[in-house]
Amino acid sequence: MSFPSQIRRDFPILNRTIAGRPLVYFDNAATSQRPEQVLRMQDALCRESNANIHRAVHTLSDEATEAYEAGRRAVQRFINAAAPEEIVLTGGTTMAINLVANCLAWGGFIKEGDAILLTEAEHHSNIVPWQMVCQRTGAHLEVVPVSAGGREANDGGIDMEAYRAALHRGVKMVAITHVSNILGVVNPIVQMVTEAHALGIPVLIDGAQGIVHRKVDVQALGCDFYAFSGHKIYAPTGIGVLYGRREWLEKLPPFMGGGDMVGRVSFSNTTYADLPLKFEAGTANFVAGACLKPALEYAASVADNPAAAAHEQQLMAAMKQALASVDSIYVAAAEATDRVPLWSFTIEGVHPLDAAMLMDKMGVALRSGHMCAEPIVDRIGGGSMLRASLMPYNTLEEVDIFREALQRTVKILRK
Amino acid sequence: MTTINEIQDAIIDEFSVYDEWLDKYEYLIDLGREMPLIGEAGKTDANLIDGCQSRVWLTCEADADGRLHFAADSDAIITKGMISLLIRVVDGRTPQEILASEFYFIDAIGLRENLSPTRAGGLAAMIKRIRDYAAAYVEG
Repeated sequence: MSFPSQIRRDFPILNRTIAGRPLVYFDNAATSQRPEQVLRMQDALCRESNANIHRAVHTLSDEATEAYEAGRRAVQRFINAAAPEEIVLTGGTTMAINLVANCLAWGGFIKEGDAILLTEAEHHSNIVPWQMVCQRTGAHLEVVPVSAGGREANDGGIDMEAYRAALHRGVKMVAITHVSNILGVVNPIVQMVTEAHALGIPVLIDGAQGIVHRKVDVQALGCDFYAFSGHKIYAPTGIGVLYGRREWLEKLPPFMGGGDMVGRVSFSNTTYADLPLKFEAGTANFVAGACLKPALEYAASVADNPAAAAHEQQLMAAMKQALASVDSIYVAAAEATDRVPLWSFTIEGVHPLDAAMLMDKMGVALRSGHMCAEPIVDRIGGGSMLRASLMPYNTLEEVDIFREALQRTVKILRK
Repeated sequence: MTTINEIQDAIIDEFSVYDEWLDKYEYLIDLGREMPLIGEAGKTDANLIDGCQSRVWLTCEADADGRLHFAADSDAIITKGMISLLIRVVDGRTPQEILASEFYFIDAIGLRENLSPTRAGGLAAMIKRIRDYAAAYVEG
């Protein structure tokens, strides 16, 4: 069986119909669909091994603990971390970034007058946690611009001159996205990490989009933190990953206290658990955590399939043509050379909300609005854009349906 | 004089001829295009309704008989169509009539269940604003 038919059959939801038409799910950057392998694991754990982890000595607890820890080890392998202790499981990317931001502040690593460097195209989850730390500590944000929106080259590139200049302005932390959820452009994170490290500045990468479409080797990359969510890469919602280099995780204090993160507790003093549990207070979402194993193994098997890479190139070319078939369309970072299958766009005379509603009735699921990245969407998209984002299970036929639906939508809304 | 419910029933009748979802939306778009606008002067922050992915402005004035008259605008055309339906139902009614009514036509023509929660939130916000205006007039 040819690609993507051979993987598509693993995703039962893709057989759905919407308003009598086949579902064309192009909102994968918001959440991806789950294959049978993940659904089976989720179901089996709930039916057969549901018990709280890391505590009891009975069989169910052992099984659940082992499944959860196998999820952690699968993450370690997937991103080539040095040890499973460097993998903190969180509720998602947002929680992972909040964890780092809070621990840095509580540990006194960010103080009044310091700066945290971001790019203009960050998701709210990589803006607001830092803003909150700034409000508490008296630090401030340094924001590096990107090229898009008409006043410069539309390639989504980070202004590296501005980046270098900003690094010298008291920056104590660089927090940048691997791939922006608006632009879809792969940022030069290796270079950015190298330049920050040359000045002794740690780097956190928001990998929510990047992990889905690019191979990540945290040891080769050298970043201090890499955060991503399970649900965007075939796993369930409610589980995410914070990779942290051991030296950082050891020196950061925990910011959430409770069960599972402690060594010994008394009213006069509490010691903390060893890594990584020091940062995992409370009962973890162990079912979702266990599902990281089948999800990431699935992602790895797709990534290792040469047919998948060829298919992605075909999808990218077809989407480019489909978008270009509409008059007066602005595609963010259209001239980018290294991008993932994700496009945000606006169409003259068409409100993104109207378009998304009509497209839905034609079976096509798109995202509309500010997409949790208001600063960049305000500047380049007037506060609201449409977004199509694809996964390897999407097909060229679906791109055809998308193109026809988009043309019809524009015709209806412009008449 | 027709009642609020008679107008709601008339709208349900009008929508019953459309089997296809897309046709319903095209009808909403036409309604949105025909709706009287409120002009730039009415597009103030005070008239802006939160809770919509699009921006909606709604104004309300009472005439000498104490009946309420609404006007609205939105930057999204389907939203305009929906609010024009709401206005058709409540325009020229007394505040008491509006407060006593359930807007069942929304469910009946399938708008609520077929709009995403985000959008349903918008519709709910529009209805809340209409009721708030009516309540303000009752309290005088």
